[in-house]
Amino acid sequence: MDNVIEVKGISKQYTINHERLPYHSLRDDLIGLLKKPIRWLHGHQEVQEPFWALKGITFEVKKGEVLGIIGANGAGKSTLLKILSRITYPTTGEIVMQGRVGSLLEVGTGFHPELTGRENIYLNGVILGMTKKEIDAKFDEIVTFAGIERFLDTPVKHYSSGMYVRLAFSVAAHLEPDILIVDEVLAVGDAEFQKKSLGKMEEITKKGGRTILFVSHNMDAVQAICKKSILLEHGSIKMMGDTKDVIHTYLYDKTRREPIKTFEGAGDKKQACLNRITILNDEKNPSTDLSIAKPFYIEVEYTLKSAFSAFVVLKLFSTSLPNQYLFVSWSNDNGYANPSEPGTYRARIKVDPILNTGMYSYLVGIATHTEDYIDYTVQNDIISIQNVEGFPFPVVMHGRQDSFFLYSGHWNITPVTPDL
Amino acid sequence: METIIKPVKPLRIDLQELWRYRELFYYLAWRDVKVRYKQTAIGVVWAVIQPFLMMVVLSIFFGRVLAVQTNGIPYPIFAFTGLLFWNYFSNALTGASNSLVANQAIIQKIYFPRVLLPIASTMVYLLDFVIASFVLAGLMVYYHYAPSLTGLILIAPCLLITCLTFSGLGLWLAALNVKYRDVRYALPFFIQVLLFVTPVIYPITLLNKHRWIWLFNPMSGVVDTMRAGLLSVGTINWQLLGVSFGISIAVFLFGLFYFNKTEHYFADIV
Repeated sequence: MDNVIEVKGISKQYTINHERLPYHSLRDDLIGLLKKPIRWLHGHQEVQEPFWALKGITFEVKKGEVLGIIGANGAGKSTLLKILSRITYPTTGEIVMQGRVGSLLEVGTGFHPELTGRENIYLNGVILGMTKKEIDAKFDEIVTFAGIERFLDTPVKHYSSGMYVRLAFSVAAHLEPDILIVDEVLAVGDAEFQKKSLGKMEEITKKGGRTILFVSHNMDAVQAICKKSILLEHGSIKMMGDTKDVIHTYLYDKTRREPIKTFEGAGDKKQACLNRITILNDEKNPSTDLSIAKPFYIEVEYTLKSAFSAFVVLKLFSTSLPNQYLFVSWSNDNGYANPSEPGTYRARIKVDPILNTGMYSYLVGIATHTEDYIDYTVQNDIISIQNVEGFPFPVVMHGRQDSFFLYSGHWNITPVTPDL
Repeated sequence: METIIKPVKPLRIDLQELWRYRELFYYLAWRDVKVRYKQTAIGVVWAVIQPFLMMVVLSIFFGRVLAVQTNGIPYPIFAFTGLLFWNYFSNALTGASNSLVANQAIIQKIYFPRVLLPIASTMVYLLDFVIASFVLAGLMVYYHYAPSLTGLILIAPCLLITCLTFSGLGLWLAALNVKYRDVRYALPFFIQVLLFVTPVIYPITLLNKHRWIWLFNPMSGVVDTMRAGLLSVGTINWQLLGVSFGISIAVFLFGLFYFNKTEHYFADIV
């Protein structure tokens, strides 16, 4: 009976228009109108494809509950949060929420670079839904948590990115609605600040009374603050229950972790595109369950549509530290010459057995010297490194569980003889 | 407090909700004022210089070279009276029309009654209007013109007509701008054309035959009334003022209706 959130059969449909940008130009619409009869004569239909971002989502949240929402990219997490935050509307279904709702889909929403720290605290606070009175009361706390006392009257455009993020998070962390909707905001700042932020989140949840919906790619964070979680897959709830079980189901889901990912040659306007990315094990067989003791390969098939020099970039990161790359590798590293003629190519990188057991994600992109990514993709939590055949070298496990790399150091110990 | 989220937003204005969000309205307006005066080197002076220089240029070409008949009013003060209201109208309209696209980062991340944005973004121009009014007062002292009591009383209704008109048009164009980005480019042209069908740089008596044009433009009622009232020259055209008021209400309601009808998909396409 004490449900504060009741979500009943929420669905959301988007219309994907393959020919156009999301927003229209009046000119294009007028031209389209003129073309319509001609198209109709040619029997040509406009390519409009309905896409269900969410399908029949139903769940309830009790007062004081902290619910995690996890799932792969495109599973519908963001859409669900946007509907719960009333930024966009559902196509069908209904949601009833009791109490003041606050949503944090981003830190620093509405921050203006020209305004000072002090001014931005008020502006951002009010945008997030606090009253001036509440901000007045918490002002000192916000400033202290952010650690920006000395720069309170400096325009934030002069802040370092670290200070900026700290201030933005600090304002957000002092928001106290009855229902709080949080998306990935912990994935900001340096590792130390992330720890502090996570601590703050845990503190908020432990104080109790507050109902929180928490979306993150950071499985450690979800594990730490949510008792119950929902797993979304292709717009539907795949599983709901104890966070530990849900995370386990998500991480070890074989159908999600397909070793071969193919992409439709997205966008004709792009000069280059990714066609397929394959993860291969030591024996060159496609697999995402890899051994700690053996190397693996990532194979990228891509197409250059015109003559220019482009490179493949691989960035590898861990599930427990989603905004910090473990390493970045370019296909022109070591001065290796990359093809620059139009055509389809296959680039393969060998990753030596350096990663510890755990779940890893990759970003693969095509880049040039001047443009960051012409095309790219992120696949979260796809590579699982397991310890099945034993370690590649005899190790002492103590303290190694938390490390990303499995590195055998080259030690040399010599006795020190005291000088005479 | 209970929040119910349903597929189709009921077509209504929730005044209670708007009242709850009054502080946000204040801070959005406050932000624009602050930023405006921080980014410009001479800040407040812009509010004065812009209409003043325009008055000088117009005085040279329309007052001297073309010698436009102005009922014996010196051209500079004739033009400035019109410009005072015209600038408020055109700047506020531009601000409101671009407000949703300019604030898309906020729209995509947080809920609030969207109607606050276009209206809040016009507040900075009200401040400009007040500042520029002092220049008009100075010109009136210089040219020995005093307002009539009726003229002073009519300032409020004239401001109301101005606000209703730019708010209505602004809400409509802001919503349209989200869907059609060409609006941003068409707007300056549209405003320029409007300037010529508003008796700002010439008197309303100049084109007797084509008077009907002004009937559809609420700003002509404002400019004509204020010129007669503030400078105490000629008589106030009550009929024109009445029509202007009626049309401004219609424009406002249309803008609000269109905005209300379309606002639920702003975040999806902005």
